[in-house]
Amino acid sequence: MSEIIRARDIVKRYGTFTAVDGISFSVTAGECFGFLGPNGAGKTTTIRMITCVSPLTAGELTVDGMDVRQEPRRIKAALGVVPQDNNLDPDLSVRQNLRVYGRYFDLPRRLVEERIDESLALFQLSDRANARIASLSSGMQRRLTVARGLINAPKILVLDEPTTGLDPQARHLVWQKLRYLRSQGVTMLLTTHYMEEAAHLCDRIVIVYQGKIIAEGTSAELVERFAGRQVVELHVGEGDRAPIVERLAGLEGVSVEEVEDIIYVYVLSENGFDPAGLKLEATRVVYRQANLEDVFLRLTGRGLAE
Amino acid sequence: MNAIALRRRAIIRPDVSLRALRVWQRHRDVYLQLWKSELIWPLVEPLITLFALGVGLGGLVELESGQSYIEFIAPGLLAVWPMWSASAECGWGSFFRMENQRTFDAIVATPVSIEDVITGEILWGATRALISTAYILVVISAWGLVDSPLALLVLPAAVIPGIMFASISLSYTSVAWSISSLNYFFAVFITPMFWLAGVFFPVERLPEWAQTVAWWLPATHAVKVYRALTSGELGWSHLGDVVWMVVVAAAFYVIALYSMRRRLVK
Repeated sequence: MSEIIRARDIVKRYGTFTAVDGISFSVTAGECFGFLGPNGAGKTTTIRMITCVSPLTAGELTVDGMDVRQEPRRIKAALGVVPQDNNLDPDLSVRQNLRVYGRYFDLPRRLVEERIDESLALFQLSDRANARIASLSSGMQRRLTVARGLINAPKILVLDEPTTGLDPQARHLVWQKLRYLRSQGVTMLLTTHYMEEAAHLCDRIVIVYQGKIIAEGTSAELVERFAGRQVVELHVGEGDRAPIVERLAGLEGVSVEEVEDIIYVYVLSENGFDPAGLKLEATRVVYRQANLEDVFLRLTGRGLAE
Repeated sequence: MNAIALRRRAIIRPDVSLRALRVWQRHRDVYLQLWKSELIWPLVEPLITLFALGVGLGGLVELESGQSYIEFIAPGLLAVWPMWSASAECGWGSFFRMENQRTFDAIVATPVSIEDVITGEILWGATRALISTAYILVVISAWGLVDSPLALLVLPAAVIPGIMFASISLSYTSVAWSISSLNYFFAVFITPMFWLAGVFFPVERLPEWAQTVAWWLPATHAVKVYRALTSGELGWSHLGDVVWMVVVAAAFYVIALYSMRRRLVK
């Protein structure tokens, strides 16, 4: 397993504001590595440093063995970047967009044409090859943006919130394509604030919060470690809360959190403890599997980060 | 310590390469897509100017040199309408690509550097000026307003003011906070130049202080050079005008590079 991205204590400061506060991580070739975090956590800034468009304030960052400070052009030649905001060329057709983009990499024309045909077929856009960008749905535009990022057959595909703003159908179609690429051995780096997306696609996840990495692992590991197996949500009126919280506080292997009108009970251990046996008095009781969202909210808090 | 200083210098040195041509090609492709609507202004405006001022107003004007008025203004138009083309391209055009379409972001994600993008913008602005110059040259030649075969040199010469106006305009764009704030540049700089750079009357007609101001206007020098080329009365002073424009073009190219990078690399 070879290391393809290596970050050591990388820092990004804007004046007195520290956007990325000394993070370290390592991405292995062939894996899908996810940055999960709320808005403003430093995900996009980290991506911008990796893609050599934002200079580091401090730290060491190598991509495919090259220092981002020394070899930005060669690194960018090995990357495929799918930005958060759509920046396709609205005045050009689908095919022209890909052709123009391929030219930035100095790729031979014939190779680009071949890849365009393959890509359009893979992303189900072949029949729209000559369509104008404005006539595409947002899902199609997103798929085209991913296809564009693949024009140079990159070693690493970097995706900044690849499905933000898409409806569920469009999102699942993008996911399906990304899973296919992963199965083809493309290393992927993605940022997201969709838990489902991270759980779905990423082999390994780091949770970023206020410019720092606060947890790292597979989706299952993170859930196990920070949210346990099961969660009970108790919707309780204000007056009845205190006795319930008191009763739960004494239990072992259980972690309790009170948020507004809901009490969350995280069942951490698996020593046969059955939350159903509690027979709690509440307006509404929900038993469910713990998930990445629980981890996320427990670690980064429930208040608005902005 | 030494290593850090070196590294910092490496970041600050502009990284311009031939990939700037890729940016130029992108603009050309978009232009070829939109040429019908892009071409209408530069096509119509010079004709209207020649007709209204040359034919209409010209009938009332008698020049000391005995030249007809339309003959007098024709070479000036070779300078000022292309000035508009280059400035508009690197003003509204570049700003729109940078802020609205995020085209620059898309390009710098590839092996093209931000300095290549800036250079490509300027080359394209100059190309737009060249297209406009060629068109006006054909029109005024067909109109019989050109006296010397030296006029053919207008085309290679037009590269210099083209790059100059594109660089000046992009330098302003690099500090423009909104697309409407570009109006200041056009209202306070480009439009006065259009009227005062010696296209419609000899600069010598102005009071002395205004002549001094006119000397500082880049368009004045382009007008002088074109006037000399189309009439065949080329002198050494025109070399001075060319050098003046080369120096200003180079200075503003460097300003555009650094100022744009300061805006975009964060």
